[in-house]
Amino acid sequence: MMRRAFSINRHLAQRLGFTFITLMAIATVLPIVATVIYILVKGLPAISLEFLTGFPHDGMRAGGILPAIIGTLYLTIGTAIFSVPLGIAAAIYLSEYAADTPLTRTIRIAIINLAGIPSVVYGLFGLGLFVLFLNFGTSILAASLTLSIMTLPVIISTAEESLRAVPQAFRTVSISLGATRWQTIRRIVLKEALPGILTGVILGLERAAGETAPILFTGAAFFLPRLPGSPFDATMALPYHLFVISTQVPEMPIRIQYGTALVLLVFVLTMNLIATVIRSRARAKRQW
Amino acid sequence: MVDKIIVENLSLQYSDGTESLRDVSFNVPEKAVTVLFGPAGGGKSTLLRCLNRLNDLTEVRASAGRILIDGENVLDPDTDVIALRRKVGMVFARPVVLPMSIRENLTYGLELAGEKRRSKLDEAVERSLKLAALWDEVKGRLEDPAIALSGGQQQRLCLARSLALQPEIILLDEPTSGLDPISTGKVEAALVELKKVFTIILVPHSVQQAARTADYAAFFLQGELVEYSEGKTLFTAPKEKRTEDYVTGRFG
Amino acid sequence: MEKSLNWYEFIITRLIKASGYSAILFVALIFFFLVREGIPTFGEVESTSLLNIRWYPIEDRFGILPLITGSIMVTFGAALIAVPFGIGTAIYISEIAPRWVREILKPLVELLGGLPSVVLGFLGILVLSPFLRVFLDLPTGLTAFTGSLLLGGIAVPTVVSVAEDALDAVPRAYREGAWALGATRWQTIWRVTLPAARSGVLTAIMLGIGRAIGETMAVMMVTGNAPVLATQLGSLFSPVRTMTATIAAEMGEVASGSTHYHVLFFIGMVLFLISLGVNIAASSVVFRAKKRAERILS
Repeated sequence: MMRRAFSINRHLAQRLGFTFITLMAIATVLPIVATVIYILVKGLPAISLEFLTGFPHDGMRAGGILPAIIGTLYLTIGTAIFSVPLGIAAAIYLSEYAADTPLTRTIRIAIINLAGIPSVVYGLFGLGLFVLFLNFGTSILAASLTLSIMTLPVIISTAEESLRAVPQAFRTVSISLGATRWQTIRRIVLKEALPGILTGVILGLERAAGETAPILFTGAAFFLPRLPGSPFDATMALPYHLFVISTQVPEMPIRIQYGTALVLLVFVLTMNLIATVIRSRARAKRQW
Repeated sequence: MVDKIIVENLSLQYSDGTESLRDVSFNVPEKAVTVLFGPAGGGKSTLLRCLNRLNDLTEVRASAGRILIDGENVLDPDTDVIALRRKVGMVFARPVVLPMSIRENLTYGLELAGEKRRSKLDEAVERSLKLAALWDEVKGRLEDPAIALSGGQQQRLCLARSLALQPEIILLDEPTSGLDPISTGKVEAALVELKKVFTIILVPHSVQQAARTADYAAFFLQGELVEYSEGKTLFTAPKEKRTEDYVTGRFG
Repeated sequence: MEKSLNWYEFIITRLIKASGYSAILFVALIFFFLVREGIPTFGEVESTSLLNIRWYPIEDRFGILPLITGSIMVTFGAALIAVPFGIGTAIYISEIAPRWVREILKPLVELLGGLPSVVLGFLGILVLSPFLRVFLDLPTGLTAFTGSLLLGGIAVPTVVSVAEDALDAVPRAYREGAWALGATRWQTIWRVTLPAARSGVLTAIMLGIGRAIGETMAVMMVTGNAPVLATQLGSLFSPVRTMTATIAAEMGEVASGSTHYHVLFFIGMVLFLISLGVNIAASSVVFRAKKRAERILS
């Protein structure tokens, strides 16, 4: 009789516990979905061809946000140019060449630290090194370099993970057939790790595209009459634009604010979607 | 018979100093099957990996001795290890097919060596698949992913893969340990044909396989070479008591 | 042909090795520049005055204490939200959710992690803050509490991802062993799985806190920007200023080389050192756990 009650108690506890945890999970996820839907609903009315391809007028209160869209595009590409080759190379080093020495451990700690530095501190660093010391001025170049260093740890970690996931046996077989280490990396390891690396790169760039603080003092401008012509020009950018119009422009039409937020959201979510698709397709096609 | 490989006083150590092999010496005649057998931990696989310098990737170092292949010491730091690995092919215990098509698996080594001519590559593919007794089974689907083959077929593909480079010596490390008896039989039959052309060193996964296939046999116990002689005599009338105990199954 | 291959491979290998070391270079570079522009503070401002209660740069008052308490308060509140919800969600995804729910939930949480913080801050201003003002009957909705809520939401994905990975990595054999002994799944989670994943979960918490400390935009947009020392619990419901928000808000208006400029870099130094500390603590937890595991298993 007592054993029965005890057993009911345990299962009741489990039932309650599971329900509680499930509710927590729902409470965490619901706001995400709600946020996206809310911005979609409120921002859609502002979206028009003119909004997406036109320039702003009347102190940003009317017209389009093309320069901000193009600016974010330039910054994302600029970030990719610097962070992707360097990040992948560093990942290859850590996965294929580095032994477990104190130096390697220091490198890993350095990467973890880079990942944890607040974005605004990156902005300060970018200001100190690229804008002032190297005299690039407030420019796409300075902002991209700053964003690249910030994105580096993300790319290195995900790339290294993808490289390590490739079975060690492939490397052994390749070497036994007369390949050098680099030939093995290029022909087999890198090739098989590429989808995972790509996913990491896209997710890293997605974060860079949405960041405001690192570009605040290194490249962002509020209003530019025309599109940037060279990497040494400053640029408008979606995150910065959203920030300014929602906090510093009086009598800013709410519709345009939501519209800008929606465009930024779509930019970021599209990248996310591409990354997810790449990842699941690669998983299906994998030959190991 | 000419000796293809001469192992002279070889001693191997792990990076922490523990010994893997102690003062091992024996000869491997050409165009025959030499079997290295014994209980686990005997150092056989480690020895095998010295022959194609695959141990360079691990923490094993030769602390003494030489390995002469065609008169040249392959443990010498100046050795061209790439050329060595093409001359000494290896088949591993678990079939590891590269994530490519059957054909690409076979041409991988040749392309690394710089061979680009389609005709030469095709010829190598057919030749090596026939040697490995796999040609008839896959000739119609060379572009299929190699992973689609059965375990036994994959292992014969791995054999064909090393044969494609036209080695002189083939090392097989428990090649049939994961295979069913029919596939095992096919591999052993292929070895009988192959030994007419190549020098073969086999680490068997059972004493029975050793007895079936060995022209010459070496018994290893805990890093020491206990006895070496012709296969016929070693399994029927071994000289050392330890050999006899192992071969008759008194320990294992 | 072999020779040119060797030469080519040699260069590539060198480049790869150099790239590997680059991370150390960048950390050093960042620290160097922060120090270069931040150290002059000590020459221009009385060191003890940095610990004053008033942050009022216009009058040359650079007391950073209110900024520090602002950061602490908002981060602490965020942790209070992010830790339970984060770990709870991680447990749900890893141990309770059916397969198909997992497949949807994991990318969804990752999605939240990718949302730009400026967008969340934007919604914070327009939606969350007015709601809280009405709901809690406050003079303004821009408070530390609002910041904590938002920051908690921002830190949650970090906690969930890392914790979920840690729980997932616990060998199936552990759970099966517990079930074989008659434990319910619920008991197994709390008595076996979670303790086994302890170091990973702790790392998740620390990384989440690190994320919260370092957040700039969202916090700047909703915490009200009043550098007032937070002294009692009630201050949770009034405006504050964090260190990150201060830098972001004021850097644009300072003259390069001025005292204000140097002090802002000094605050950046402090933030850098805090994040360094959190990360070293997090990795030493993992390192020690690994060492202990190695000792037990050897």
